[in-house]
Amino acid sequence: MRATTPRYDLLRGVWEENPVLVQLLGLCPALAVTNTVANSIAMGLATFFVLFGSSLLVSTFKRFIPHEVRISAYILIIATFVTIADLVLAAVVPTIHKALGAFIALIVVNCMILGRQEAFASKRPVGRALLDAAGTGVGFIIALLMMGAFREILGYGSFLGFPLFGGSYEPWIIMILPPGGFFTLGFILLGFGWWRGRKSQPRVRQWPHGVGAVTSTRRAA
Amino acid sequence: MSEDPDIRNSAKAAPDVLGQPEVPSSRLIATLGMAGALAGLLLVFVFQWAQPRILAYQAEVLRQAIQEVLAGPARYETLFLVNGSLTNQLPPGVDSLDLERVYLGYDDSGEPVGFAIAGAEPGFQDIIRLLFGYDPDTGRILGMKVLENKETPGLGDKIEKDSVFVGRFEGVLVPLLGVKSGRVTGNEHEVVMITGATISSRTVIEIINNQIEHWGSLLNGFAGEPAQ
Repeated sequence: MRATTPRYDLLRGVWEENPVLVQLLGLCPALAVTNTVANSIAMGLATFFVLFGSSLLVSTFKRFIPHEVRISAYILIIATFVTIADLVLAAVVPTIHKALGAFIALIVVNCMILGRQEAFASKRPVGRALLDAAGTGVGFIIALLMMGAFREILGYGSFLGFPLFGGSYEPWIIMILPPGGFFTLGFILLGFGWWRGRKSQPRVRQWPHGVGAVTSTRRAA
Repeated sequence: MSEDPDIRNSAKAAPDVLGQPEVPSSRLIATLGMAGALAGLLLVFVFQWAQPRILAYQAEVLRQAIQEVLAGPARYETLFLVNGSLTNQLPPGVDSLDLERVYLGYDDSGEPVGFAIAGAEPGFQDIIRLLFGYDPDTGRILGMKVLENKETPGLGDKIEKDSVFVGRFEGVLVPLLGVKSGRVTGNEHEVVMITGATISSRTVIEIINNQIEHWGSLLNGFAGEPAQ
């Protein structure tokens, strides 16, 4: 697989190397704040903002950051963007800020973000770093949305706060508690792994007269 | 990713530490110091933009809560505890943030309707913060609103979200007495607790009882005085 086109830089993080579903990074927020769709969106957007901003700065100033203190410098940049996100959320959407609580500040230690700086942004031109950050950020939002939708629909019987099932629905309270996060992530990973495994298997087309022939092998996505 | 041309050929890539001359410590310190100073400066501007909005939101939340627990007073004033008595006049040189306070609501004709009092104590998971309305003349609770809780979703957080539970506080005589549902005797001090959230419910009741004990006679004295 060629790893050099802008399209691939952008799309790799969205699906093929999705930070949560494939790399299993950033699981702390993915488990902790995905009990509603609204919380998932807010956390996803905040993380996207931090990742995009950090990648921009790290990639721009990579030549001025001495190798010995690069991790400290990356964390400093990430922490600055997290604090900005924290203050802006508190000022603009206070109820969501209250629901996310300490997990906004904990974006600093989201290893997905530091990982992209160390593995990608610090070694690539700015444009490629931004494409990669955008793709990875979108992938993170998609993963959080999947979990948030699953948990809110079962745990509250609603989607984005709108009731779906009427008054007779008995909410699965466990889905909005911490164990529900683990169950949800487990089921999604199971489904994702099964789907990827199925795609990677050779397609066998059955011919008449019992002739079996491998006609195409689709590579693992 | 060894086939990535940007890494293989680019002089812009971060230098490999192996085989490089050691960077002097002064440069490391200068780099981080400069970055830290710039980050600090940036945060000051963001903070100055955000802080008034955050404070305005908190004041609005408090204003709405006071309206709710005092059942819509025409106006209210903030009374501070200064030298063991309540006053609406701040002595000069005292920062109002350091003072304990209650909020006294008035009806249309200028008569006091009751006090809104805030309290906070540890619940099942974390501090529960609430505001309640109290009429010292009749000794009854006017209303209760939880401002902040991190109780178990679906169980303990009913102290804030369950309007049936919240409504049970209205008109109850102090001191409050928490009872489990099914053991109600009709006593006017009783508040029926939430099944499955006994600790959270009991904390709410204790916060109110402790605050009334704390303020007790001060409120009686002030409510008896004329409004101005």
